[in-house]
Amino acid sequence: MPKHGFIYTISTLLGLALGIIAGLVVTKFAGENPLHVLQVIIHSAFGSRYDLGLTLFYATPLIFCGLSVAMALNAGLFSIGAEGQLNIGALAAAAVGACLPNVPGILAPCLALLAAALAGGIWAWIPGWLRVVKGSHEVINTIMMNFIAYAFCGWIVRVYLQNPASQNPETKDMGAAYFIRAHDPIAHFFGDAPVSMAFPIALLIALLLWLFLEKTKLGFELKACGENEDAAKLAGIPVKRLRLLAMVLAGALAGWVALPEVLGNVGRYRIGFSADYGFIGIAVALLAQNNPLLVVPAGILFGALHKGAGDLDIETEHVTRDLSLIIQALVILSVSLSAYFPLWWMNRRKKP
Amino acid sequence: MMLIFLSTLRMSTPLLFAAIGGMFCERSGVINIALEGFMLFGAFFAAAFTIATGNPWLGLAGALAGGAAFGLLYGLFVIQWRINQVVAGTAFNFLAMGLIPFALKILYGSTGASPSIPIEQRFQIFPVFGAWGITAFAWFVLRYTPYGLWLSFAGENPEALDAAGISVRGVRYSAVMIGSALAAAGGASLSIFLSSGYARNMSAGRGFMALAALIFGKWRPIPAALACLFFAFMEALQISAQNITELPIPAEFIQCLPYLATMIALAGFVGSSKPPKQLGNAFPR
Repeated sequence: MPKHGFIYTISTLLGLALGIIAGLVVTKFAGENPLHVLQVIIHSAFGSRYDLGLTLFYATPLIFCGLSVAMALNAGLFSIGAEGQLNIGALAAAAVGACLPNVPGILAPCLALLAAALAGGIWAWIPGWLRVVKGSHEVINTIMMNFIAYAFCGWIVRVYLQNPASQNPETKDMGAAYFIRAHDPIAHFFGDAPVSMAFPIALLIALLLWLFLEKTKLGFELKACGENEDAAKLAGIPVKRLRLLAMVLAGALAGWVALPEVLGNVGRYRIGFSADYGFIGIAVALLAQNNPLLVVPAGILFGALHKGAGDLDIETEHVTRDLSLIIQALVILSVSLSAYFPLWWMNRRKKP
Repeated sequence: MMLIFLSTLRMSTPLLFAAIGGMFCERSGVINIALEGFMLFGAFFAAAFTIATGNPWLGLAGALAGGAAFGLLYGLFVIQWRINQVVAGTAFNFLAMGLIPFALKILYGSTGASPSIPIEQRFQIFPVFGAWGITAFAWFVLRYTPYGLWLSFAGENPEALDAAGISVRGVRYSAVMIGSALAAAGGASLSIFLSSGYARNMSAGRGFMALAALIFGKWRPIPAALACLFFAFMEALQISAQNITELPIPAEFIQCLPYLATMIALAGFVGSSKPPKQLGNAFPR
């Protein structure tokens, strides 16, 4: 499928709109006015500076997860494992913060992030290794790793790190130096919404990844693995090694959800904190066509959708936050379909 | 010991239905990552129809019809419009995870679960026989009927099937609809046989285990069924271990058993397992 730039972009936007409209029309079945639902979502997502802050807060982990999925997809691997990797990463960051509370200054968050990237990377390395060495499908293995991650995190928290001051399953508080939120102008600007420095850092990472994929030889080779495995092999590109690298990077990126959540928001790891960020990240990456720069607006869009859908529980009779999942599914389908819009359009004109 | 054996048989039911359903679909050349979603749809439809009518048979019929309907929709996307099958399957899983709470809220005012179904309105043992019967039937169809032959050709060599004057897309549509209806029957056996109603995401990865069983069983019904039995044994072991209080290993490790078993089975056997040649490739006619 040739990607002729402008037309392709237009048809993707068309697909996006189609998916959102279809999702809203579904609410008609619940006896709601789709326009009212849209209004609630938009108002809830962008209504005030604080709301916008919350939207960006949700967008941040979605950008990290979107980058994670896009990274793997660029190398031709479809990873559904961001959800497990981000839990492992967040737990690792929180564990470092809780076990080494006296690390000073800027060193502290750096150490926690390193731990998050390592833990997420290792978690992703397993299905990556199984794929390139054993040939078993990464979709199944990453999903199995998600289930194992839930159990593993539950066990670590329960046995080693449970916060004695809390009724909920969550880790002990980190040392004060880890908590970047304490001196964060961004949170302050948005009326103390949970958004933090993590958001601009996510933007920076997106830019760096784009530079890596578009401007370096390694990035080019990595994309070659995704576009045409056989051709890449013939060209002497070490496909297996690069795919493993892409998988580990994807895990590290998902692990960095620790930054907005653990370091930037609550200062500990809470079981079940992720609102399906890892799964929404798949929709984000597909919508962005695996382009790291486009992951940013796609992440903000789905962040807004998530924030907006949250208020549907209160504002409408029958529609709940699950609408966000329905819209995601429909957007994935319609955007995938939109790649064919130009082709259909041209074929139609050819007919007499 | 006897208890674990019986429990294994019971737990194998949803896996068997889903794996045999997946086999129809994938033998015809269509990847079905959405087995999980079709199971959820089936579990939901079965619970809703059973609650509405008080009759589990109508519940099962509802699940089969609902599964086939969503299978038709899936076919429309991947066979007619030829979008990437793994991507579409993932979207259908999301669709199930979003649409079902949406429908539950409209029907019962709660997004998490359906009202519970009393035991006299649930199946007692039938789904176990149903699942093994379907397995035997699938073996027979693949081996001795023209439809079984078409199925294999649609997956291995669609050009030849097309040249013989048989619609590749027609065969694939039928296979996808049979497959999703069977996966939905697997879901039904969760909600109106193994438990008492629909609960949020109750398939818990079984759709993917069924896929793994399919690969493990080299896309053939009898070996796939044996693989399901193995995974079901892991589940039965996990359930019976939960009832033992003084256990030397943490409960979380035991929860992981079926998932770990799936990964190990895949890693150990996938090398010798060849998928249908045209699996994942759309056909223009």
